[in-house]
Amino acid sequence: MIPAEFDYTAPETLDDALKALADGGEDAKLLAGGHSLLPLMKLRLAAPSLLVDLRKVPGLHGIQRENGNWRIGALTPHAALEHTPDLGVVSLAAGTIADPQVRNRGTIGGSLAHGDPASDLPAVMMICEASITLQGAGGQQRSVSANEFFQDYLETAVEPNEVLTEVRIPAYDGWGFGYEKFNRRSEDWAMVGVSALVRKDGDTIADVRVGLTNMGSVPLRAKAVEDALRGQSATADSIARAAEQAAEGTSPPADLNASADYKRHLARVMTRRALETAAGLG
Amino acid sequence: MSNTVPVTLNVNGVEHHLDVEPRLLLVHALRDHLGLTGTHVGCDTSNCGACTIHMDGKAVKSCTVLAVQADGAALTTIEGMASENELHPLQEAFWNDHGLQCGYCTPGMIMAAAGLLAQNPNPTEEEVRHGLEGNLCRCTGYHNIVKAVLDAAKSKGASVGASSSGQPGVTA
Amino acid sequence: MSVGDAGAEVTRIAAESTNGAPAPSNHVGRSLRRKEDPRLITGRASYVDDINLVGQVWAAWVRSPEAHAKIVSIDTSAAKAREGVIAVYTNEDLDMEAGLPMAWVPPGVEVNTPDHWVLAKDEVKHVGDPVALVIGDDRYAVVDAAEDVVVEYDPLPVITDPEKALEEGSPLVHEKFGTNKVCDWSLGGGDLEAGFAEADVIIERRIVNHRMAGGAIEPRGVLAEYRGDRLTVWSSTQVPHFLRLFLAILLGVSEDRVRVIAPEVGGGFGSKLNIYAEEIGCAWAARKLGRPIKWIETRSEGLMVTHHGRDQIDYVKVGAKRDGTLTAWHSKIIADVGAYQLLLTPLIPPLSAFVMCGVYNTPAVVTDVTSVHTNKFPTDAIRGAGRPEATHMIEVVMDQLASELGMDPLELRRKNFIPPFAEGHETPIGVVYDSGNYEAALDKLLEHIDPAQVRAEAEALREQGIYRGIGFSTYTEICGNAPSRAVGPAAFGLQGGGWESATVRVHGTGAVTLYTGTSPHGQGHETGFAQIVADKLGIDPQQVQVIHGDTDTGPFGLDTYGSRSLAVGGEAAARAADKVAAKAKAIVAHQLEAAPEDIELRDGKFSVRGSPDKGLTLAEVAGAAYTTMEMPDGMEPGLDEQSFYDPENFVFPFGAHACVVDVDAETGKVKVVRWVAVDDCGPAINPMLIDGQVHGGIVHGIGQALYERIHYDDAGQLVTGTFVDYALATAAELPSFETDRTETPSPVNSLAVKGVGEAGTIAATPAITNAVIDALRPLGVNFINMPLTPMRVWEAIQEAKGGVPA
Repeated sequence: MIPAEFDYTAPETLDDALKALADGGEDAKLLAGGHSLLPLMKLRLAAPSLLVDLRKVPGLHGIQRENGNWRIGALTPHAALEHTPDLGVVSLAAGTIADPQVRNRGTIGGSLAHGDPASDLPAVMMICEASITLQGAGGQQRSVSANEFFQDYLETAVEPNEVLTEVRIPAYDGWGFGYEKFNRRSEDWAMVGVSALVRKDGDTIADVRVGLTNMGSVPLRAKAVEDALRGQSATADSIARAAEQAAEGTSPPADLNASADYKRHLARVMTRRALETAAGLG
Repeated sequence: MSNTVPVTLNVNGVEHHLDVEPRLLLVHALRDHLGLTGTHVGCDTSNCGACTIHMDGKAVKSCTVLAVQADGAALTTIEGMASENELHPLQEAFWNDHGLQCGYCTPGMIMAAAGLLAQNPNPTEEEVRHGLEGNLCRCTGYHNIVKAVLDAAKSKGASVGASSSGQPGVTA
Repeated sequence: MSVGDAGAEVTRIAAESTNGAPAPSNHVGRSLRRKEDPRLITGRASYVDDINLVGQVWAAWVRSPEAHAKIVSIDTSAAKAREGVIAVYTNEDLDMEAGLPMAWVPPGVEVNTPDHWVLAKDEVKHVGDPVALVIGDDRYAVVDAAEDVVVEYDPLPVITDPEKALEEGSPLVHEKFGTNKVCDWSLGGGDLEAGFAEADVIIERRIVNHRMAGGAIEPRGVLAEYRGDRLTVWSSTQVPHFLRLFLAILLGVSEDRVRVIAPEVGGGFGSKLNIYAEEIGCAWAARKLGRPIKWIETRSEGLMVTHHGRDQIDYVKVGAKRDGTLTAWHSKIIADVGAYQLLLTPLIPPLSAFVMCGVYNTPAVVTDVTSVHTNKFPTDAIRGAGRPEATHMIEVVMDQLASELGMDPLELRRKNFIPPFAEGHETPIGVVYDSGNYEAALDKLLEHIDPAQVRAEAEALREQGIYRGIGFSTYTEICGNAPSRAVGPAAFGLQGGGWESATVRVHGTGAVTLYTGTSPHGQGHETGFAQIVADKLGIDPQQVQVIHGDTDTGPFGLDTYGSRSLAVGGEAAARAADKVAAKAKAIVAHQLEAAPEDIELRDGKFSVRGSPDKGLTLAEVAGAAYTTMEMPDGMEPGLDEQSFYDPENFVFPFGAHACVVDVDAETGKVKVVRWVAVDDCGPAINPMLIDGQVHGGIVHGIGQALYERIHYDDAGQLVTGTFVDYALATAAELPSFETDRTETPSPVNSLAVKGVGEAGTIAATPAITNAVIDALRPLGVNFINMPLTPMRVWEAIQEAKGGVPA
């Protein structure tokens, strides 16, 4: 219940935040909404020496659309995504995260930087082919594709001296989408989650993306499904056939409530359902 | 003890200045430092919602917020929901509908419900149930809690998402 | 459908009692909103952690990460060196002659009961076993200090499977007994062998009733202060009177100098019905240090070291005639009680035996209980305590039998129901049910839900891959503990009685205080008991203040558990109020120059029968009693009466529940879509409170069946140790409930009431299990054990399809 001791600073500029982070050494951590980090600290599974709170840093909030892209500030809470339905699959998935109070505090930047494969947004960012902006000391920025961002369990492309500042997502106007989250209780993490984007051309599936949550040590794209379905007719049959390949190449972690086999099965079922919804068949 | 940090908390319309350890949880600041013991702690994993308060108009779990993160924020706790002479419509509805038994989850449940109704003044039963998914109750089976929230929403002329202390941002 | 004719005389169908303006003298039966609530809904109530004392310091416990190990060494030096640390204690420091109590000594049965010290001595026996107690002056810093206590362990073999624990050569939890067996205990009646010989059909099932937690949302907490020569302990407990007794005994303090206060208590469900190491340890340290000490449990701690419930493997064998008539019932219970025995630990599994006949006329019923030690935390009473286990066995197996016989499950039940009775029915095991009308409850249930319609819906839904099922449970249970002669040392073996006390004190102004020996923690006694007393004295319930949970106020009491408060404590309150009323009548008779037997209470006045105008209110009578004006000669002043009520029998509530579930056959996920409950706990004091108890009780059962599970792995590590993994259902998973009642008076007490706190839980798990099996029968699934998690249901479907789960 009680976190171990740490030092705290809440700088007012990004430069100061980066400097504080660098000065704090390897056990310094950035703090956004704190809804990934604080629960671990309370159970003493994490014990950072310094927290650099980003809450006073300007420019990290908000959702804007410009030139066919969405720009989402890193400190944007899940609730803001949820209440922006034009974000499509991002909004849909954000609305399933934990519970309303958590969604009011937890942020997209915090969630992505934590890199938990069981979180809802990472795989969704992958199917959206989001571009994640990281800023380092001295102000240099780099963008990392969501498909390269998640590197291992709780490991991302964010370097120790970088801050995740924003996420850019193409607007998938005209694409259908679906998110199927399978859990026991609605406030739970996904046992398996499947996100889908479908662009139809007439009755044909012109393009398709499928993301898998909690099916491995990192969030995944179900490439085999995408390849099998692209160019096929948008029917329940073709979707069902393609969805059979959803678990290919995955090695989902087993726990008390779900064996790896069961998760693979769920991935196939949820993929079919998410695709049916995305293709307008659901 | 690590260095303390000065924070200003505006709670139920009253400003408080505290020097706190950075690790002090907001719920303990409210309870142990300000004596506002209506906000409860029921778990250590952000599941139970007994600690729910409003922070700048939004329902949050005060066990998963550091007091230092709330510096400068306007907070409303269960103690700020009723006016001197009148219960908040949600309090009245919980009483009328037997929406509580042991009462331990109740403050958090009322604050979560107020957060929901601020977003959605006329929810369906399904929406109420999902709106309360972050709050655990062991006594009531939720039946009468859901009923109370629906009844509060129906009560006429009530701005049920708002607290009576007129906190900024806490409006329906 | 109407109530069966046979039942009509016995059972009054509950009327909607909230309609119309009630007579002022009739508060019983009305859904009054609760007197408790204003403080609770405004955040003004005081739970243990809301109370702070001057000079208060904090406790934290160092707990074993090992399930079974020798303690090689404990190094407290680093912790002691920390700023603000006042003391660090280990077992060597404890100057207590005895450990935690266990209160069951069944005559003629040997129970292997180990020592259970407040701090582990030499060995730890389960994860969470406390090895050191750290006292410090800061809530946060004391947790840091506890982490600095270094304990070296030498691991020992771990046993977590109760059946393996009984095998020769199993690792032993307690070497000294040479076995893991705690005891064998049996209760039965009738000729079992003849019953099975007579049967056309015999079925056997192995039923697992898994371990679960109480899950009260307020964690436990203690605040202990020793000032002068008096010990005061505030504890989040259901049993302040028991706690006072054991604090006095274990700490060697005279009982009159010990005061225990259960302040506002945030739920219990049995889990706070105990004498815990933290309560004794904090009180002991408070005396040693002369400082008030507070300890507040964290949830992770609570799931580890607040007692668990259930954890049985039940072997049930049942015989029946081809027409469904039951001939014999044999239940063998293997109860995994964990590593030690708390207050009632080994007594709980035998409680199943008392209701193993259920609502059926089975001529031979035998229950054999074997309790076993394993390296887990002890079990004890959790909502229902023995009766949910029995009812689960009975009602699940009744459906299994119906399927075997090709009978409708309700027809099978009706075939075997004990016919309506109003004045006692003796079962073959010697337990005498007080009153019952099972047919009427089932009939009433079927007024609300039509199984044929549900089955038609199921047919239609199946095409969408949704498997809808309906399940029933017709139950009776035993509550109102009491009576002393049945539960006490010479009979069942509980080292205590089962009565309850009440004092009704009318103050000089006519205000009334009721002191009850029960100790509510959410049930609403302050309202319900006030309704009872108000009607007895012709006043408004608002004028009756109900005081509970403080051993320095009323007389000794036996606290709240086992759905006993109303049937025992409420009756005590009624009897004390009757004594007050009798004295009031004598005073009024004297003043009005009438005979006491001609005085009646009418419209809030004590008046001569037939002359209601000339009467005295309670306030006027109290004025006379305290000013001693116009009192009968020789009558003592005052208007203050006490009752110690020890009932003649238990009470036996009953009812019928129906549950409708939808199973997603592709994923195995079960959703409860409808629940109809008809419960009979006698005449309602406050129907709204009954409904509330039933709602919560049902969800406790749904929780166990679908979501909740205390699970240890083979190494004895607790896998479900937080509220992330120990999954209490939220509002989002549940439907609203349809509740109704029948009202069959109990002949046992003057209020004719039974209990209802546990009924919903007792009824629920078999109803939902039966519903899931009913849903899945078209897929070939005929049986499944709880917990009905999606994976388990899905695996059952795969197995029924003849394949291994793919």
